[in-house]
Amino acid sequence: MNEIKNKEMVGRGTREGAALFRDWFQDLTEKAEKGETAAYVFVMGSIAEILRVFDLPMVFPEIHSLQTAVRHVADDYLNVAEDYGYSPDICGYVKADFAMQMQNGKHPMGQIPKPGIAVLTNACNTYLKWGEIWERIYDIPMVSIDVPATREAGTRTWPGDEQFEREKRYVKTQLKELIEICEKMTGKKFDIDKLREILGHVNTMSTGWKRVMELNQSRPSLFNALTDGTVYLGMSNVFRGTPEGAEFFTRLVEEMEYMSANGIGTLTDEKYRLSFIGVPCYPIFRRFNEMFTEWGGAFVMSTYLWFASGGTNLGVQYDLDNPMDSLAEGVLISVRDAMDSMFHPELTVLDKTNDFNIDGVVYHPIKSCRTTSAGMADNRRALMENSDLPSLFIESDMMDSRVVGEAQMKNRIDAFFEGLASRKAKEAIGA
Amino acid sequence: MALSAGVDVGSTQTKAVIINEGLEIVGRSLIDTGANVVQAAEKSYLNALNDSGRREEEVAYVIGTGYGRYKVTFGDTQVTEISCHGRGAVHMFPDTRTVLDMGGQDTKAIAVSETGEIVDFCMNDKCAAGTGRFLGAASMALDIPLDELGSTALKSEKPVKISTTCTVFAESEVLSWLGKGKKIEDILLGVHKSISSRSISLLRRVGLNQQITFTGGVAKNIGMVEVLNENIGKELNVSDESHFMGALGAALFAMDHIKTSRIPAGGQA
Repeated sequence: MNEIKNKEMVGRGTREGAALFRDWFQDLTEKAEKGETAAYVFVMGSIAEILRVFDLPMVFPEIHSLQTAVRHVADDYLNVAEDYGYSPDICGYVKADFAMQMQNGKHPMGQIPKPGIAVLTNACNTYLKWGEIWERIYDIPMVSIDVPATREAGTRTWPGDEQFEREKRYVKTQLKELIEICEKMTGKKFDIDKLREILGHVNTMSTGWKRVMELNQSRPSLFNALTDGTVYLGMSNVFRGTPEGAEFFTRLVEEMEYMSANGIGTLTDEKYRLSFIGVPCYPIFRRFNEMFTEWGGAFVMSTYLWFASGGTNLGVQYDLDNPMDSLAEGVLISVRDAMDSMFHPELTVLDKTNDFNIDGVVYHPIKSCRTTSAGMADNRRALMENSDLPSLFIESDMMDSRVVGEAQMKNRIDAFFEGLASRKAKEAIGA
Repeated sequence: MALSAGVDVGSTQTKAVIINEGLEIVGRSLIDTGANVVQAAEKSYLNALNDSGRREEEVAYVIGTGYGRYKVTFGDTQVTEISCHGRGAVHMFPDTRTVLDMGGQDTKAIAVSETGEIVDFCMNDKCAAGTGRFLGAASMALDIPLDELGSTALKSEKPVKISTTCTVFAESEVLSWLGKGKKIEDILLGVHKSISSRSISLLRRVGLNQQITFTGGVAKNIGMVEVLNENIGKELNVSDESHFMGALGAALFAMDHIKTSRIPAGGQA
């Protein structure tokens, strides 16, 4: 009986997530074939809450681009962009997307509709330039939401603080501008009750997402933050504000709680619990993880799940009685946190080290993303100054297999684990 | 008395070392790796055995290291050369806390503890700039044997500035300096300084702590040693066995295994 139940429960999230993802791509393909357009949005502040009120289908260019790397065809896309004149140093996501635009939305999972509007935040410096490319190609509106970040040497303001309230009004005004543009574009009137319904789904998803990550404190860990976690992350972005998304996270929490209660972990024979900082190495996504699991290394935490979910890991809850104010507040807190998760990841990692029993930290700076990589060197130094956690610094890329040297990478990973093993052996004998 | 062996299969050369229980080197061998890595590992190991004058049956444990460590098919296990160079360097110079290993395609800065364990490390990424291969390119372009590069460079009084960091482009830059009538020794010292500067950047990342030991094939180059000493501002430890440091570290780890396996469960050896 238990075996049947285990089979049904364990891995349910990844199975259901993959199926929903296929449906999403299918839907986008159908829209593209009919010549319909979509709202192009980003993972760090998609503002899906408003776009869904207008039933605008959403395209996440970062996700479409990374899918080409996971499916080992990214180089074909990068070459198209570089043949056009893009430098090898430009963001790989931008180049893969540009190549898709040049090829009528051709994608290994279907066809991507053209943009009808682009919505972005300032969480990534490249978003703005990326949006300008579409603006130039398609002459579409580009709405940038400027979200004030953490100020004054790391201080944050909170609801009730004068500065916070001022910044909230600033964000709210921009959201209202977005609503006006959407109304003009779709010919539909903004429906506040529909927004309430969407915010309710987001609340369920955010609560679930936060809980799923907390549950990974279990030993053994319940999911691999680098591999399984990326599937959940995709769901949190693509299905944000939908009944499917809310149901997915409700069921995912159920799965994780079941695993935790029954002492079921991932397939890894867990010897070392690791925290990952950065963006995954998509060109060798599975192999990259295997180089760690072969040593018994399990990623129990990943900053990617924080910043690339737009800070929804915080579990911010919207007040449905006051939807617009609450939305502005949520966007401000969450997107600000996404930015902080890239620039000060060590603070959260250090805070959670004991709860998650972290043995080591893996930094993965990537060549073509300055936003996530630029601060890593001094961040690592800060981590080393404030703890004796061993850390590994390995560079590659999230898209470009030409700069991913598996042999060199394995050498560094093996040496890191040799150090961890020696450290554990010493601890065991009390040396 | 058992022996242990370490076989370091590098990108350019394969080294093997045999040690006894007193941790003394009793045999060593160095050959070019070539295309057949498995064969190179075997040959180097047998040459080292031959050098020691001991029998193969006396070797109780063998560890493979280097990029080709998994090709040491007769070995008992593998350890990365990062750990092995750290261990070898601390064995030779016990006060070593930082190791600079410069090989054919890798330069590594390694911070080690007093027992030779790795505290931190940093390597050149993605390209061979600042490695032995850079010297190889200069040697080819100037038609000077590798083992004469250092002594030639030290004759220089006015070194040129080599600005490229790419090993492939270095050759063209060397040729362009020749075209401008610069002396060979001035160009060579420029090459040494360029490599030194990149290596010191790696060393700074892990910390220039206490004694620094220079290992790997390039440590045989007296010009590189002198340029590094001058730029770092302290004298690096360089052993006559610098070439064999990785293989020695592997042999030391292998000897640990031999000695530990003799300890009965719950008891003393």
